[in-house]
Amino acid sequence: MKNKWLSGPYIAWMLLFTIIPLGVVVYFAFTDSATGSFTLHNISEIADFLPTFLRSIWLSIAATVICLIIGYPVAYYIAHCEPRKQRMLQMLIMLPMCMSFLLRTLAWVALLEDTGIINSALSALGLKTLPLIRNNGAVILGMVYNYLPYMILPLYTVIMKIDPRLIEAAQDLGCNRKQVFSKVTLPLSVPGIVSGITMVFVPAVSTFYISQKLGPSDTVMIGDVIEYQSKKANNMNVGAAMSLVLMILIFICVGIMNRFTNESDEESMVTL
Amino acid sequence: MKKTNRIFTIIIFIFLYIPMIILAVASFNKGTDIAVFKGFTFRQYENLFKDRTLLTLLRNSLIIAVLSSLIATVLGTAAALGIYKMRGRMRSAVMAVTNIPMTNPEIVTGISMALLFAFIGSMLRMNAILGFWTLLIAHVTFNLPYVILNVMPKIAQMDENLVDAAMDLGCSPIQAFFKVTIHEIMPGIISGALMAFTMSLDDFVISYFVTGSNFVTLPVEIYNYTKKPIQPKIYALFTLMFIVILIMMSISNILQGRDKNKKLLRRTNR
Repeated sequence: MKNKWLSGPYIAWMLLFTIIPLGVVVYFAFTDSATGSFTLHNISEIADFLPTFLRSIWLSIAATVICLIIGYPVAYYIAHCEPRKQRMLQMLIMLPMCMSFLLRTLAWVALLEDTGIINSALSALGLKTLPLIRNNGAVILGMVYNYLPYMILPLYTVIMKIDPRLIEAAQDLGCNRKQVFSKVTLPLSVPGIVSGITMVFVPAVSTFYISQKLGPSDTVMIGDVIEYQSKKANNMNVGAAMSLVLMILIFICVGIMNRFTNESDEESMVTL
Repeated sequence: MKKTNRIFTIIIFIFLYIPMIILAVASFNKGTDIAVFKGFTFRQYENLFKDRTLLTLLRNSLIIAVLSSLIATVLGTAAALGIYKMRGRMRSAVMAVTNIPMTNPEIVTGISMALLFAFIGSMLRMNAILGFWTLLIAHVTFNLPYVILNVMPKIAQMDENLVDAAMDLGCSPIQAFFKVTIHEIMPGIISGALMAFTMSLDDFVISYFVTGSNFVTLPVEIYNYTKKPIQPKIYALFTLMFIVILIMMSISNILQGRDKNKKLLRRTNR
């Protein structure tokens, strides 16, 4: 009962609903909305949004780096707990991923607002209130908060699998703690670092809600502009052109990242 | 070193859970302002269960999540069995396609499907094509990779001899499949299905682009809510969902733990 043809329906489904839609995006990106004839107008319009593209990339790189720096110690700690505790902590990391990110972002608004929880507490203590919301820092905070679990989980999976005998061998051969980390643990966690970076950077660079709620304006990120163009301004063709550029950008980034790992990690990305 | 790491981890967990605690506390708040706690009440929960439209939205979300995860589980398991038999270029091509919905940003997946449906709609001269069916198709599509990636490793771990043994003992290939293969890969199927279910229940971005006003799910409506002042009964709903997901995850956690213990036991008895 293991036959190639069992995957026939799946392949047909994916062709119809994954490959063809991407073709449709390309088609819309290069056609005029009124006449349906070929045009480069949509693509050239993107030039106006270059600063937005650059800002999106900058903000999401910052968020990704922060996620990596604070995610690694957490993943390392979890991977070195006893198995029962490991399972519990892993569950606690996964739980926020299942809860509505809209509402969780809104909770941050309640915390950071000018009349929010933190500022109320500050003024109750007689201190000056802080401008916590409506700036790029708040956007980065929101992204780190939302995507941190996607960094911790792949890191944890990889660190957990490192053979303890390799660490012992390094110690026997005279490595001190720092050397063991930089020569054994860190190089062996590269696959986890790579998939963690991709899993944080891709959703972060294309997000469109966090920035609307926490950022200085409604169109901080490229995702906001795409949403605006295709949902609100009803300008599907420009939306398609921007999606196309975003997609190409991300495929280049993922391609570069995958160069750092030589093994095929088709299974290491997601497992419950 | 271990101690500082422990403290750091605790701080990060506090960071992850603070916003959710705030929402849970707000669900018991007498006042409507989330920043000021005016007193304890269950009124928001009463309001929640009286709100017909909100319950309809929840029902819509559950219908889509159940149907799409079921369809994706059947299609995906069959696909995983098929892909396992493939070799070389064919296999890597199919795996590359499987990875597209996972690497592509959600907003691009959403827009590409919305454009496809708009295209089909204009060809069929239908105006309001976006709705239940387009939403279901989109959810099945993004659920499929999760099922496949959870089932494939289990197929690889399976002992091929078991199927041969079943057939030697008189099973037809189909019987062998239902009596042996299915049992061996069941943990993968279940975790794939669960993951698909939660992904589908919580999905906002893709749903937002592929659904119309005649079939709305809860996350999409929450997005519309957040433009107006938000109603506190939403916090009550959030708290209830938090509890349900916590219970579901704890159960699967306990089951997994038991499964691992059993395996250990079996190995030592051999």
